[in-house]
Amino acid sequence: MRYLPHTEEDISSMLHAVDAEDMDDLFSMIPGNCKMKGNLSLPEALTEWELNTLMDGLSKKIAVSPEYKIFMGAGSYNHYIPESVSYLLGRSEFSTAYTPYQPEISQGTLQAMYEYQTLVTRLLGMEVANASMYDGASALAEAILMAARVTKRKKVALSELIHPYYRDVVRTYLEPGDYEIVEMPSLGNGRTDISGVAGMDDLAAVVIQSPNFFGCIEDLRSTGEIAHNSGALFVLSFTEPLAYGLFKNPGCQGADIVCGEGQSLGIPQSFGGPGLGMFACHMKNVRDMPGRLVGKTTDMDGRPGFVLTLATREQHIRREKAKSNICTNNSLCALASSMYMASVGGTGIRELACLNYDKAEYLKRGLREAGFRISFDSPTFNEFVVEFGEDFKDTYKKLLKQRIVVGISLADWYPELSGRYLLCVTETMDREDMDALIKEVRS
Amino acid sequence: MKELQGASGLILNEPLLWEKGKKGRCGFSMPRRDVVPSPVDEGLAGDGPDFPDLSEVDVVRHYTRLSQWNFGVDAGMYPLGSCTMKYNPKVNEREASLPGFAGAHPLLPPELSQGALELMYRLEQYLAGITGMDAVTLQPAAGAHGELTGMLLIRAYHKNRGSHRSKIIVPDTAHGTNPASAALCGFHPVAVKSGEDGIIPAEAIAAIMDEDTAGIMITNPNTLGLFEENIREIGEIVHSKGGLVYGDGANMNAVMGIVQMGKIGFDVMHLNLHKTFSTPHGGGGPGSGPVCVKDILKPFLPVPRIIKEGDKYTLSGDFPESIGKLQAFYGNFGVMIKACSYIMSMGSEGLKRASQLAVLNANYIKENLKDSLYLPYDRPCMHECVFSDKFQEGEKITTLDMAKCLMDYGFHPPTIYFPLVVHGAMMIEPTETESKEDIDHFIAALKAIVAEAGKDPDLLKRAPTRPKLRRLDETAAARKPCLAG
Repeated sequence: MRYLPHTEEDISSMLHAVDAEDMDDLFSMIPGNCKMKGNLSLPEALTEWELNTLMDGLSKKIAVSPEYKIFMGAGSYNHYIPESVSYLLGRSEFSTAYTPYQPEISQGTLQAMYEYQTLVTRLLGMEVANASMYDGASALAEAILMAARVTKRKKVALSELIHPYYRDVVRTYLEPGDYEIVEMPSLGNGRTDISGVAGMDDLAAVVIQSPNFFGCIEDLRSTGEIAHNSGALFVLSFTEPLAYGLFKNPGCQGADIVCGEGQSLGIPQSFGGPGLGMFACHMKNVRDMPGRLVGKTTDMDGRPGFVLTLATREQHIRREKAKSNICTNNSLCALASSMYMASVGGTGIRELACLNYDKAEYLKRGLREAGFRISFDSPTFNEFVVEFGEDFKDTYKKLLKQRIVVGISLADWYPELSGRYLLCVTETMDREDMDALIKEVRS
Repeated sequence: MKELQGASGLILNEPLLWEKGKKGRCGFSMPRRDVVPSPVDEGLAGDGPDFPDLSEVDVVRHYTRLSQWNFGVDAGMYPLGSCTMKYNPKVNEREASLPGFAGAHPLLPPELSQGALELMYRLEQYLAGITGMDAVTLQPAAGAHGELTGMLLIRAYHKNRGSHRSKIIVPDTAHGTNPASAALCGFHPVAVKSGEDGIIPAEAIAAIMDEDTAGIMITNPNTLGLFEENIREIGEIVHSKGGLVYGDGANMNAVMGIVQMGKIGFDVMHLNLHKTFSTPHGGGGPGSGPVCVKDILKPFLPVPRIIKEGDKYTLSGDFPESIGKLQAFYGNFGVMIKACSYIMSMGSEGLKRASQLAVLNANYIKENLKDSLYLPYDRPCMHECVFSDKFQEGEKITTLDMAKCLMDYGFHPPTIYFPLVVHGAMMIEPTETESKEDIDHFIAALKAIVAEAGKDPDLLKRAPTRPKLRRLDETAAARKPCLAG
């Protein structure tokens, strides 16, 4: 086996050095009734070339762009990734390192994480961002737990326009504690009805997503005011951070914790993972924040450098009193997003966000002209809901055969919205693709 | 050793990203604008983030320079105890970046995602086979996430039986994340001390296990690198009081094909694909922490689950007793591809051989260094061995000093000051992918450091001197946090 360097001669001299007769002797302390009898039931080992053939085969049994035109978002977005980002990310000095516990020989990872934290604070308008969480959904669950720690309260108001899977993850995390979840319904315009929680007692957090699951931009400022009037934190979740290239950031509109999925920023969709949990808050709450943080310092000779810091919040120091149990996070994905943000740049991200917005508006207009109602009139980014009607299922299936995936039916998540579909357009969709879709659904 | 591996090459300085670039540059090929601009609501539009503008060359040089300040497995031996820093095969990277895998949308209808579902199904089967457990979920994102999942499963099991148990036993030789994961599920962790031989005496468990205790979280092999020889008896004690046994499988690399985890009393355990199954650690993730269970816990597994009907695969959320979801989608699929590729490349014999050689390498280091460094538990070890700085106390040289000095010799230091049961611990896990020559170099380096400690302790206090930076002031970093520029 090419990954195992030992020759028979090595093995026998090493066995001799440890005073063992043979390999089995090394395991003599393991009681007989714990041992495995016979071999593991696995297929015969493959050569590199056989493995390539097998994986090529499996990967071809998945529908992907550009062969398929996939108008799907809902928490996973198809954006172009520059080859330079993929290439740099492949540098094994980054990918084959562990968590940077030894800063003298990990300055590459550490500076890159410090830069990531900084770019995230600038994108979201916040004061401090951690070095990443697992994904947007688990980041949201941790944000709510953090809000409960900060306010010492246990009631949480959750918009029903937060991604349904994110709400599922929140429920999983909150289930063991005696938390109370209050659902905030949607208004007819595609935004959350926050009026019901105004003045509510004992509220730890008011939580909305923007752009929300229907693609609509929420009224952040009013939500923040309602939360703060009740002494609650305003937690904002997102699945499409590119929106902040165009729309006002959450920090300038009163958000206390901002968290979400960073996959859009240079990370392949990869069937939903690994993604990137982005997490940011204000400095006054940093000691209640979960996750790793990189900070600036100096070395013995006074030269600037970076270290992991404020570890007293973390599990390996605080044990059961830690702010979170997170240890390994999604560092390499954070690095990918930094490389992406650096490549696109400040001028570029605005241009790219505008292009995404304009393309989605083009398709929206085209579908409206083709006679379909766009369900909500609030401004959207990348995604919007279209009413194709109850009998669209057959057309949907027919179009799958033509290699067009017309978004996602909302009926499973919102039964009252059957016949409505959530469509997504990014910069990867050409006008011809959109025109073809309009033509097909019209006929 | 004729020449030290550690040497100072040309290291280039590099400023922070925003100290570079010029307004108007862009390192991204902007897609063609083939639609007209649409008006944006003025009240909602913002100014966009204050990112620097850089060219592609700026970005490539920046990260290339940064990468050269890092030490990875591809650079050299990385004997970080409990972290299993084995070689990360390159072909696995190829498979994970195949366009069909990397470009897959997670909500594709099953008929358009059969390849992804089949790969996940296969991996579940392989992991069940390797552990001897009955069912597997691939959803947890990392080891600690797997622990959380396991604790939620145990909680759901008791709740389903109408009982609420408040405590969980966590031995002092368990992984650091264990108590925090238990606490997140509302369990109060009860510590138990390992015996003088480094393993848990069954009597200690019998003394504290009661009907308010949900179970035990046990790391086996433990963080001292020792096999918990009383594991079956401990399992019987816990089970007899209605509790369940959680196995932290982070150290699975020692026992593949050797111990059948399903037979030693574990009801639930997690694996770290980024340790045992060779996926790169990425400077701190992404990992993947699948959880394997016995049949009694199967109804509670996270949803959705992959179902095979004939030769078709589907996803089903129809498990009413499930604990729910741990991540938005199905887990870190990109990592799963790499682990699956590794298992298929190694096969049954290869995996067993990997464990045998990992244990041989660790014992070889232990035998060769035990005259130079204090070995608190002098008995055959598994995949890692734990020393301390007791012999160096006279020279006032600590584990930290020796660890830092190892960098100058071209090695990543071992895990230090863990496990907590050993004062000044130095935990060495070579893994099976280090050759005898590299291990001999490592042994020689540590011996040389120990000799220097006797002659010129100040030399160690000043180490390291060869990396880009010398020791950093962590106290100052925490006292006045500067977390963004």
